[in-house]
Amino acid sequence: MGRPMQVARYWRHFKEKYRLIGGKCKSCGHVHFPKRPVCPECGSQEVEEFQFSGKGKVVSWTIVRNPPSGYEYYKPYPIALIQLEEGPVILAQLTDVDPEEIDFGMEVEMVTRKVREFEEDGIILYGYKFRPPIK
Amino acid sequence: MRKPVIIGVGLTPVGEHWKLSLRDLAVEALLNAMEDAGVDKVDSLYVGNMASGSFVEQENLGALIADWAGLGNIPAVKIEAACASGGAAVQEGVKAVMSGLEDVVAVVGVEKMTDAWPSDATRYLAYAADAEWELFHGVSFVALNALAMRLYMKEYGYTEEDLALFAVNAHANGAKNLYAMFKKPITVETVMKSPYVADPLKLFDASPIADGAAAVIITTEEKAKEFVDKAKMVEVAGMGRAVDTINLANRKDFLFLKAAHVAAQKAYKMAGVEVKDIDFFEVHDAFTVMAALSLESIGAAERGKGAMLAKEGQIAIDGDYPIQTLGGLKARGHPVGATGVYQTVEAVWQLRGEAPNQVPDAEIGLTQNIGGTGSNITVTILRRV
Repeated sequence: MGRPMQVARYWRHFKEKYRLIGGKCKSCGHVHFPKRPVCPECGSQEVEEFQFSGKGKVVSWTIVRNPPSGYEYYKPYPIALIQLEEGPVILAQLTDVDPEEIDFGMEVEMVTRKVREFEEDGIILYGYKFRPPIK
Repeated sequence: MRKPVIIGVGLTPVGEHWKLSLRDLAVEALLNAMEDAGVDKVDSLYVGNMASGSFVEQENLGALIADWAGLGNIPAVKIEAACASGGAAVQEGVKAVMSGLEDVVAVVGVEKMTDAWPSDATRYLAYAADAEWELFHGVSFVALNALAMRLYMKEYGYTEEDLALFAVNAHANGAKNLYAMFKKPITVETVMKSPYVADPLKLFDASPIADGAAAVIITTEEKAKEFVDKAKMVEVAGMGRAVDTINLANRKDFLFLKAAHVAAQKAYKMAGVEVKDIDFFEVHDAFTVMAALSLESIGAAERGKGAMLAKEGQIAIDGDYPIQTLGGLKARGHPVGATGVYQTVEAVWQLRGEAPNQVPDAEIGLTQNIGGTGSNITVTILRRV
């Protein structure tokens, strides 16, 4: 369980997960994350890549105390719904933050962090997390 | 179109069945339902199940269960819609009967969850979320619901104690159901003292991981007369089903179950009823906040007023909107793919007037079964014949 040899499964999302590239509809201008083949707003299939700034605000949050297997080592950790400044909401872990300080509307910025490791011979997954901006 | 009628129900108690396997549970419930209906063979079998491949390394449940129940070379398939698999399987069975293709149909919902290590079970349940954009980040299903719970409390000014009332009501009713996993009343204090699983969601806001199976036999009103008295017949008067975004973050509104709204409206129209006509509601209280959101999205409460029904005591068995009359997911237990069929069995008991916690003179009941974080929802309306 959870010992994928298939690097490709994670590698194929490097644009989204390392660089926060999503989609923008060429027809109606709607931006979304991750990029989809069909615009969720107008149904157009003309969707291009869109680079998000990585800045956003906390919409809601929780502390995961009983994680799914594979994530036990990291518990407890905060997870939030974050509204990006361009509009879309995404789900991600918060990092470099005191859980007591998390609040509605808290400003955060994207950073790249390790998400999980597999067994000794497994791969190490990286992806976006969000933290309060460094002043 | 032919009128679909449920003529038999069967079930196992919900719990940790260390001695029983998935097939043992399913066959027991199925044979009980066939005995209750007085049928010795069926034309087809629909199996509601969410994750047998993950939990017990077994797929192809149609063949497995038909084979072990001795049903012969009938058509039999598994229906999967995450935690709404049971509700969806009942609806597929009803459709088969209505279509005229099959006359006597069996539906069994089954889930065997306790053979898995708890953190693995947490993982398998999260497979109903978006694997690449939710589970990747280490989110559990409880955590996704906790995000909604925190927002609900902020938006409408409710407290954790307010939401705890849904769990208290479920346990009060479950205490009278011999098939329930938890037959013990609790108080708000019990909920508040339970540990956080994903803040602000506590252990007692959540339904338990469990094993169980429930089954129904469906046929036409005409054919039903061959097997049972009218008192045993319950009509499937209306049904609806709808999906929503798989990923919670992609919802335009985090506090409205659009899929439940769409499904309910379809079901009301088909049955020719309005919310006020319905005598009891078996909603999907996998988490206390989901009971509130369910009541609002199916139109039993205005937006933001779902938890108010609990505070006013209207969800109790003698209130205007009785819910979870035999314990709901919280106290009866939530063997995920079986839950929708348990709800159906309980609604049939109420409408036959044989429920251990009877809603007086119940004529019309509603079941609502949620898969994912509101991403796949069934609503079914049952009526006394």
